[in-house]
Amino acid sequence: MSYDADVLIAGGGLVGGTLALALTSAGLDVILIDPAPEAGGAGFDGRSSALALTSQRLLKALGVWARLADDAQPILQIKVTDGRAGEAPSPFALEFDHAEIEEGPMGYMAENRHLRFAIASTVAESPVRAIAAGVTAQSTDGAGVSANLADGRRLRGRVLIGCDGRDSGTARRAGIRHVGWRYLQSALICAVRHERPHGGVAHQFFMPEGPLAILPLTGNRSSIVWSQPHAQAARVMALDEAGYLAALRPRFGGFLGEIALEGERYTYPLSLSLAQHFVAPRVALAGDAAHVVHPIAGQGLNAGLKDVAALAQVLAEARRRGEDVGAPDVLARYQTWRRFDVTALAVATDAFNRLFSNDNPLLRFGRDIGMGLVNALPGARRGAIREAAGLTGDLPRLLQGRPL
Amino acid sequence: MTGSTIDAGEIEKFQAMADEWWDPAGKFKPLHMLNPCRLDYITSQVAAEFSRDLSTARPFEGLRLLDIGCGGGLLSEPMARLGASVVGADAAARNIPVAQVHAEAQGLDIDYRHTTAEDLAAAGETFDVVLNMEVVEHVADPLTYLTACRDLLRPGGLMVCSTINRTPRSYAMAIVGAEFVMRWLPKGTHEWRKFITPDELYDLLRRAGLDPVDRTGFLFNPATWSWRLSRRDLGVNYVTTSLRPA
Repeated sequence: MSYDADVLIAGGGLVGGTLALALTSAGLDVILIDPAPEAGGAGFDGRSSALALTSQRLLKALGVWARLADDAQPILQIKVTDGRAGEAPSPFALEFDHAEIEEGPMGYMAENRHLRFAIASTVAESPVRAIAAGVTAQSTDGAGVSANLADGRRLRGRVLIGCDGRDSGTARRAGIRHVGWRYLQSALICAVRHERPHGGVAHQFFMPEGPLAILPLTGNRSSIVWSQPHAQAARVMALDEAGYLAALRPRFGGFLGEIALEGERYTYPLSLSLAQHFVAPRVALAGDAAHVVHPIAGQGLNAGLKDVAALAQVLAEARRRGEDVGAPDVLARYQTWRRFDVTALAVATDAFNRLFSNDNPLLRFGRDIGMGLVNALPGARRGAIREAAGLTGDLPRLLQGRPL
Repeated sequence: MTGSTIDAGEIEKFQAMADEWWDPAGKFKPLHMLNPCRLDYITSQVAAEFSRDLSTARPFEGLRLLDIGCGGGLLSEPMARLGASVVGADAAARNIPVAQVHAEAQGLDIDYRHTTAEDLAAAGETFDVVLNMEVVEHVADPLTYLTACRDLLRPGGLMVCSTINRTPRSYAMAIVGAEFVMRWLPKGTHEWRKFITPDELYDLLRRAGLDPVDRTGFLFNPATWSWRLSRRDLGVNYVTTSLRPA
């Protein structure tokens, strides 16, 4: 039987698009299936992403970074503070500076619309074949996988990769279940314009009700990720713009001067979700389809791009050997590579959030001492910086900025 | 394609046997585990000798390749996917339709034959590449066999030959480890006394009129449960490359 492509990708978002580019760069034949492809020209919707240094290297290796660089804000310093609204921050704070590692900035902040457009326009100029339709059904056999599309077409590939997000239809149709739980928190997401420059500093405040991240965007703008108990988040979300800013201001403090909203604001309930398997016969999952973690460390997209780098490398090596790129033993190599790392990340972000999202005086004392200790030890601090920049673990080639 | 010679009633049986051959967790698990390592070695040697770029889609286009002891086609299929024109030969008749059924499902055109190296050589067939993997330890007279392999190569052609070393470690690994403890291979598949050391194999290859140019170990790491290539450790499994002088 013949194949329409080596690889079918369901979902053309940030993860699906970069995966398509990575696989094509390694000579694989790819069809990217998405019901609503990125058209470009969108205004700022308030959403942005943190890109670890390794993620930036991957985008650079795939030719995406040149289209994004002007719109990306380097993160030069990360300040972690234990705080309570309206109080001076604890004297024990953590400071991480990019000058302590050799690789340059610790990462970048980019608006999602810029990221989406940079990836989509790179895909448009690549040999990737994009199809604007959704997958409605999939079936597998020993030699391949067939996907039925909403427009009636039927495509056959050696492997189908689900990059279709947290409610992945690919995972559901493959019988892959997710384990996890909902947090009692929602995230409030927005961007603000502020009076004073942020100096490239990312702030993470640990408030008793949930963490608040202030992440630098280009110009005098910052992205806000504010986790709160559901009821409180709903209450703040229901306020008008002035009320919303009034609620945010005391937590924000005065260090950036006057603030105003930029773009829209969002809220969504936080959850942790891990696919029980990252692969099934002729199927693999990447990005949110495989794992959703707490946004506390800004690692969601970075973990997805690590999936991309590992999966693309596994498939590229298999193709170079002449192996069937959808064979179960080939896909198992990807799962072995990624699952431990992703589980560790899920556990770490979960534990971090539980440790910091409360007002227990003993825990508060303990974590202040802990932060003070980490800050006092250059080795431990450098370790944490390298972790945030994504420079730890068994790094796939693309995350080292090397071609496949 | 030769698929038409298969009795329709037998197809189902062959399909089941093919599924067994190609199940990475099944009866042939040891071969599946070793396969990426074998393919890395074969592809790099062939690419280097014939100046092929492995990043292209079909780097072995135009090369005629013989896979001796092809079994279910674990090496023949990757070679065909890389563009080689492949003849898969097996002395066990039952393997041929099994390999054919699987290749057909994969959309690969491979010429599988129930024959031996000696018969192919007698028929005057020649190849650019001969894969001679895990076979030489099974044959009655290695020198006669390797001489037939030499005849199958066109002048300048390349043979990759792998086997198991005769060391106390290989005795433990291959006999006690693989055959009894891990039950990886059917009992009696290998007879330790027939194993050949790298020096003996180099000597045999030279006496067969070949020019051995490389020897490399296949090393099993029980910690990662996987194989890798080793330049230094040829103590158990190893592989060689030799050329037929032009």
